[in-house]
Amino acid sequence: MSADAPLFGLVLAGGASTRMQRDKAAIEYHGQSQLHWTFHLLSHVCAATFVSVRPDQREEPTRAGLPQIVDRQPGIGPIAGISAALHAHPKAAWLVVACDLPFLNEQTLRYLLEHRDPRKVATAFKSSHDGLPEPLCAIWEPAAREPVLAFVAAGKQCPRKFLINADTLLLDLPDASALDNVNTSDEYRSAVSAFGGPAHAVSPTRPPSSNQDGADRASSPSQHGGDTHLTSPAHSGSGASHASSPSQASDGANRPSSPSQHGESHSSNAAASGTKADKPRTLRIQYYAILREQAGRSEETLDTTASTPAELYDELRQRHPFQLHPAQLKVALNNDFSDWQTPLRHGDTVVFIPPVAGG
Amino acid sequence: MKLFFFSSTPLPLDDYRRELADDAAGGYASFEGWVRNHNEGHAVTRLEYEAFEALANKEGERIVNEAIQRFGVLQAACVHRVGSLAIGDVAVWVGVSSKHRAEAFAACRYIIDEVKHRVPIWKKEHYVNGDSGWVNCERCAVPGHDHTHEHPHARDHNH
Repeated sequence: MSADAPLFGLVLAGGASTRMQRDKAAIEYHGQSQLHWTFHLLSHVCAATFVSVRPDQREEPTRAGLPQIVDRQPGIGPIAGISAALHAHPKAAWLVVACDLPFLNEQTLRYLLEHRDPRKVATAFKSSHDGLPEPLCAIWEPAAREPVLAFVAAGKQCPRKFLINADTLLLDLPDASALDNVNTSDEYRSAVSAFGGPAHAVSPTRPPSSNQDGADRASSPSQHGGDTHLTSPAHSGSGASHASSPSQASDGANRPSSPSQHGESHSSNAAASGTKADKPRTLRIQYYAILREQAGRSEETLDTTASTPAELYDELRQRHPFQLHPAQLKVALNNDFSDWQTPLRHGDTVVFIPPVAGG
Repeated sequence: MKLFFFSSTPLPLDDYRRELADDAAGGYASFEGWVRNHNEGHAVTRLEYEAFEALANKEGERIVNEAIQRFGVLQAACVHRVGSLAIGDVAVWVGVSSKHRAEAFAACRYIIDEVKHRVPIWKKEHYVNGDSGWVNCERCAVPGHDHTHEHPHARDHNH
């Protein structure tokens, strides 16, 4: 490592994980959250390591307690984190790594470091799929700072496009699958079995677990056999989010033995287990303010068997990194105030109203 | 004049005042909420307001009607800004005309207090250090503690 600039690590963990339908940072493949695992991996090779977060994620339990770099322009994807890091420590070079790379290893990072050229704007691997630069396991030199800020100021967001057009040193991956990432529930299950699963999936709102292994297992999929409307593999209802000693599924005896119980297809809600006769209804959900930002959209249409706003919010918390507790929210149905237990009907428009602040 | 509405452009306050003029009125009271340059020890550079307008318009109209009924004033209205606002901008205006001053003040106070508590409007603060945050949503996101309703005035930008 012959660099003049210190090398800092940046774990990107700001994404909304919309395809996974839950917080990728909190998923476990290696006995700890993917965020903490990646953080420790970088700590072995970097002078200092930080976690990139959106402003609304600062207090989120998986991320709280780790050194953070807060996005200055949330909503524009990973380039926001990279630009915030380059801005915060202009003299440092940054080893930027996404938190959804469970196959990454220290040898791959060391290879990148050994072959780094600090005179370039960046050193990156070529994708083993398309030969283009992999921006989210790359070293971004201090020289990237000005052009990245200008790139963002010009309204551009794609870090890959940035590296394609910048003076980037491209390396062949020593291990072709090291940067395979995990975006969907199907890919998650393949990754879990590749690591000898079953996964100890962590609820997004559960505190990081160094010393409470038992608590993590409680959110394993085995507790969800009867749920019809909850489909993500690591679902735990909102009521469990602050439990310190969950009682469900606390021993290994109930662990699912057949893979089919693990996490049914999440594309069709009711079809998966089909014990309740509830037919899915189509709902339109509109998001405002902090919920809009956390959902990454202002509205969506959802087929769901959730029968009340309370059930619906539970389900949405599996899809989006919502921090607000139901007690902090109000409910509107079809543009009028409603309550949490009003039955939902096909075609309803639902809004969850965060604490207001007019005037 | 419409009882309650939103505007994405600066508020023409003189026009609003004229609209509330009434030959039977002995006075007019108004309140302007301004964007302040600090909140809870943080230097604020600008604010963004966002509203759930379909519901906010109904709830705002209910509040102004309540004030008219309750205090017996002649006319009342409230206009709120949405979008990005700079320090010193008028974020909200309330106006009341009535026969006597006491009920004008009371109705004006009632409307602004109720609007702050009940109407789905959100405020995002942008700070000098580049951070930003949704007021009442981020720094006190403790389950079961609804600060908006319990301590509304401690967190306000303008009075």
